[in-house]
Amino acid sequence: MSARNRELFALIPASLLVTAGFAAVFIQRDDLLSDLSLTYGLIFLALCLAAHLVLRMTLPDADPYLFPLVAVLACFGLVVLYRLDEDFARDQAQWFVVGLIVFTATIVALRHDHRVLERYRYVIAFGGILLLLLPRLGSPVNGAYLSFNMGPISFQPAELAKIAIVIFLASYLRDTRQVLVVGARRFAGITFPPLKHLGPLLAVWGTAMVLLFVIQDLGSSLMFFGGFLALVYVATNRISFVLIGLALFALGARVLYAVRPTIESRVEAWLHPFDRELYEQEIGGSYQIAQSIFTQADGGFFGEGFGQALIRLGDGPPLLPAAHTDFIYAAITAELGLLGAVAVLLVYLLIIERGFKTAMLATDSFSKLLATGLTAVLALQVFVIVGGVTKLIPLTGVTLPFISYGGSSIVANFILLALLLLVSDRARREAVA
Amino acid sequence: MNAPILKLFALVLVLFGALAGMTSYNSVIKAEEYRDNALNKRPLLKQALVKRGVIRARDGTLLARSVKGDDDVYRRRYSPEALRFAHALGYDYALTIGRAGLERSRNDALAGEKDEITSIADDLSGKRQVGDNVITNLDLQAQQIALNALGGRRGSVVAIEPATGKVRVMASTPGYDPNSLRDAAVFRRLNREDNSPLFNRATQAGYVPGSTMKVVTAAAALDSGQFTPESTVVGRSPIDVSGVPLKNFSNAQFGAITLTTALTNSVNTVWAQVAEKLGDGTYAKYMERFGFGSDPPMDYPEGQLTPSGVFDVEKDEFIDVDSGRVDIGRVAIGQERLRVTPLQMATVAATVANGGMRMQPQLTSRIVDPDGRTVERIEPEEAERVMSAKTAAQLTQMMANVVREGTGTAAALSGIEVAGKTGTAELNIPQRLNQPWFIGFAPRSKPKVAIAVTLENLVGAQGGTDAAPIAKQVMESLLR
Repeated sequence: MSARNRELFALIPASLLVTAGFAAVFIQRDDLLSDLSLTYGLIFLALCLAAHLVLRMTLPDADPYLFPLVAVLACFGLVVLYRLDEDFARDQAQWFVVGLIVFTATIVALRHDHRVLERYRYVIAFGGILLLLLPRLGSPVNGAYLSFNMGPISFQPAELAKIAIVIFLASYLRDTRQVLVVGARRFAGITFPPLKHLGPLLAVWGTAMVLLFVIQDLGSSLMFFGGFLALVYVATNRISFVLIGLALFALGARVLYAVRPTIESRVEAWLHPFDRELYEQEIGGSYQIAQSIFTQADGGFFGEGFGQALIRLGDGPPLLPAAHTDFIYAAITAELGLLGAVAVLLVYLLIIERGFKTAMLATDSFSKLLATGLTAVLALQVFVIVGGVTKLIPLTGVTLPFISYGGSSIVANFILLALLLLVSDRARREAVA
Repeated sequence: MNAPILKLFALVLVLFGALAGMTSYNSVIKAEEYRDNALNKRPLLKQALVKRGVIRARDGTLLARSVKGDDDVYRRRYSPEALRFAHALGYDYALTIGRAGLERSRNDALAGEKDEITSIADDLSGKRQVGDNVITNLDLQAQQIALNALGGRRGSVVAIEPATGKVRVMASTPGYDPNSLRDAAVFRRLNREDNSPLFNRATQAGYVPGSTMKVVTAAAALDSGQFTPESTVVGRSPIDVSGVPLKNFSNAQFGAITLTTALTNSVNTVWAQVAEKLGDGTYAKYMERFGFGSDPPMDYPEGQLTPSGVFDVEKDEFIDVDSGRVDIGRVAIGQERLRVTPLQMATVAATVANGGMRMQPQLTSRIVDPDGRTVERIEPEEAERVMSAKTAAQLTQMMANVVREGTGTAAALSGIEVAGKTGTAELNIPQRLNQPWFIGFAPRSKPKVAIAVTLENLVGAQGGTDAAPIAKQVMESLLR
């Protein structure tokens, strides 16, 4: 069976899932099954088919599982959002359409050779950093500058910037990976990269620090820097470079911890979420993380059932803050239990596996590094937010890719997917040939 | 570059494993602990989304019900009649101040919390969770009469049906309007008030029992076989008890008198000598059988039940009566450091009335589902046999004498023979501050009601003149 036919078949479970999900929400809400759930399922299926046809025409050899896996997450996210608040789901569905359009546009624009991106690497890098600094013009949310308002649309540039930075790094490291290894010096038992090539790498470290200090967004900077280290490691196969990078990042984080009360209170809330004083503290306390844990505790092994968990009272605000964005994983755990939550994690793992597989199949260094970097930032993003919500690490707000509410997140992650598919198409075609 | 990519994937697997591990920890391993966390309002909110059952008086009068608000949350409303039973009912404002009283002890039934199997079955059949109704044993009229008779003074009346342990009256004054507690600020204010209106004096107050304790002494004396009602003891006054002189009331002098006479006239020195002869071991055994030393086994929250016994204020603990650190002669006449609840003393009277078998006091009569089917009938429960039926009959005879011709004549009912014992604990002799008591039961031959009445710190008050008339009115109402 050809790759595209496999993709088509793999889309069937995704459509069934979205139909079943909407049916469950409708049953819970009205005790009767309206044909609206079927309509939602059909519209979703039609959108996926359209995207599938684009892939069939443009990237016939691309990985057949990536798109259906993402479709499963996206439709699952849509159902969860619908259950939380119909308005969110409607917005999200619109963003989903926008995301698919951007997805198609990216593929069409780069279908001949995605490596043209290398030519614009400094423009892309500069654009990425500029994007990151935009929110500084606005006002902080929860002590961090995360979003930028353009009229009615709130835009989170970090989502797009992560892709820009990965493109830049993949291109830059393709050029310098040899010299970084060859020119390395051993000092005090540790291998250091050559000084003259350190500049751009320090610039990346600097960007992460700027993110930390200016935007005060530990989550995004962790994501960027993690992606950066993953790329340096894959490019050079030198674990010492990674350790040096980690040490530098830790240093920056430590300084920030000392000077910025937001970070300190996040860590305090992480360490003592059930401390009454922290819990009742109005700003920067542990209320959110405690609610997240309490919500998860309701889930148990099988969950309370779809639409059954206590999310809000009447028309009041949700008991779980930011249930549709940062804490959506806690809501999923409450409703679908440990099983459902782990199933979601498994879908991400499958996507990540396909991403790394694509990287391994790719024949040129840039494509390899690009696929690795994109996959790594996706994995890190999931880790940062789920880790934060489950209290594995201090909480920092990033979206759960393809599931959380948020237009910029959906659009950016569809671009990420498009790039992975582009790399995959060429790699698999060359592998066959 | 493929080797490092594989290692990177391995790292991602480890990280995601940690995520799954932490999710298991939160949702399964530690879930119960998190659900019980005091900061976690979710379980309470879920209960507040369930229509809570109503609470009714014995005659079916509605006392508490739930009303749904705009936010889908049910809130408790108490009827005007519920004001009489504020302490017994308690309150359910779980999200702000908590729960108390029956609202707390019967919460599972009222909230419709079913066992696992029933709730799964209900889930499958699409049945919505609804609370069951609680029908109490409480008697509206008698409770009102008790409150009227207490007349705004601080005190308590407890009336129990001796054969079943059904609690008919549980009055504690001052009271409060449970509806007012909806405002948490009112709760905090009432909590600080000097006369402690939220405090259930019937189950929580530690009062000096005075001569009502002689009923316990007499039961021990007769049932141990060392004394009969006709045994004689010399009642001169004062006598030396544990190195300190002990006097009779008004320092009255008695010759060799029977125990019946000694109870009728409440002769301190006789009962002190009786207890010293019995010894603290025997005395402690009977106290324990009457239920002293532990929380009364009533369907009421543990935190609102206080044991009765000899209490060391400095060490803040109850002392074992047979520890050798207790003046048993003074325990026998209700002095020493005794602290008793009105509920305990009502239980003493009820036990004698029930032929020596102590029954568990019960506020709840039955639990009824919303369709009116009885889910659970609270059957009478024997707590412990305290004395033989013969001893109980002899003691009843002696207590009947107290009301017929002794200190308790004010409790006498026309046409119905009453048995009882008065008590007057002198708390502050210069200021003449007394704690008057009456415990008793009626009708003597086939008792239907046992009662304890006490008033707090009243100048010049006497059990016979102040407590006994209240008992009379309440018993009259319950026997009608």
